[in-house]
Amino acid sequence: MQEYFLLFIGAMFVNNIVLAQYLGNCPFIGTSKETSVAVGMGGAVVFVAVMAAAITWLVQEFVLAPFGLGFLQTLAFILVIASLVQFVEMFLKKMVPPLYKSLGIFLPLITTNCAVMGIALICQREEFGFFKTVMFSLASGLGFMLALVLLAGIRERLSVRRLPIAMRGTPIGLIMAGLMSLAFFAFQGMI
Amino acid sequence: MNRLWKEFSKGLWKDLPPFKLVLGLCPVLAVTNTANNGLGMGMAVVFVLTLSNLMVSLLRKIIPAKVRIACFIVVAASLVVAVELLMQAFAYPLYQQLGIFVPLIVVNCIILGRAEAFASKNPPLLSMADGLGMGLGFTMSLTFLGALRELLGTGMVFGVNVAWEGFQPIGIMVKAPGAFVSLGVLLAIMTFVENVRRKRRGLAAVQGPTHDCGSCGGCGQKNC
Repeated sequence: MQEYFLLFIGAMFVNNIVLAQYLGNCPFIGTSKETSVAVGMGGAVVFVAVMAAAITWLVQEFVLAPFGLGFLQTLAFILVIASLVQFVEMFLKKMVPPLYKSLGIFLPLITTNCAVMGIALICQREEFGFFKTVMFSLASGLGFMLALVLLAGIRERLSVRRLPIAMRGTPIGLIMAGLMSLAFFAFQGMI
Repeated sequence: MNRLWKEFSKGLWKDLPPFKLVLGLCPVLAVTNTANNGLGMGMAVVFVLTLSNLMVSLLRKIIPAKVRIACFIVVAASLVVAVELLMQAFAYPLYQQLGIFVPLIVVNCIILGRAEAFASKNPPLLSMADGLGMGLGFTMSLTFLGALRELLGTGMVFGVNVAWEGFQPIGIMVKAPGAFVSLGVLLAIMTFVENVRRKRRGLAAVQGPTHDCGSCGGCGQKNC
């Protein structure tokens, strides 16, 4: 039990997917201007990352590995993720309209979000079992959401401040992300 | 010939990918802890981008508009698999250094963005020039950022010690915070220089580049 707890905390705080592992930076900078948008995007990433990691684990275990097709991992994973995103979008639209309303517009963006594919690849490289893969991807997704919502909060405040014009927008967003990443360094003492 | 040069050279300054378009940030931040890694990653992207632009351009009349993104992804993914195998064979230490960022070239916005914005509308030769220019611009930026961070963080450039007497390396520069801060400061400096030039010509000052997701094919949305 303790092992899973440590894995969870480690993936969410210590090795935060954005602030320590440099994954998913485009949506991190791109969708962090408003808190409400950030929450939607974060939720969509949590949802898709868990499903993608679980399904790619099954694909690797039961299709690629037995037939010796390990070298096709990249190609297989991106196709699985792209079709999964399409499928999830259709499913939510039909079956869970309220959820589709809040996450729907973010789903197409997720195909090219490297956090989703990155999490799946990390699980393979670390050789996690199925349950660990699900735990790790859930924690990483939540870590992404945490970082995104925090940065959005900071940038909302910054948008009403008087900044030098050259610093406004992306540059100050990146510098703030750097400071946050510095703060997250403190979690390394935890484990 | 003139047109070819124009498409090639725009990637080198006017539309310099990570700085002017703010695309494909993950590798820009992740693998620029040394100049060598930046250069290696850049060369892998040049290879994939040039060939994917060529293939997409050759197939542009066959690919149906509705499934074009899926087709672009398949083309890019096959080329990335080829790069992975080549790197494993000829540059294994670099392959290990770059880690999961080699397979992640597939989801780099630049590849899909150029396929969608340029290669799917232009003939093969022009598309190749565009891909080569953009790729070299990307390589240049990554190598520059890598050299800067390596210098400030360890006092070395390309692994050669260039530190002067009394130089104190800032260890944080080669870690994650240094990546974010140095890219942010570079963007701000570039915007500042641009604004000084605009002021001289009597134009109003502009804000820094925004994250240009509109040109990223994968999204298909302007509001990201």
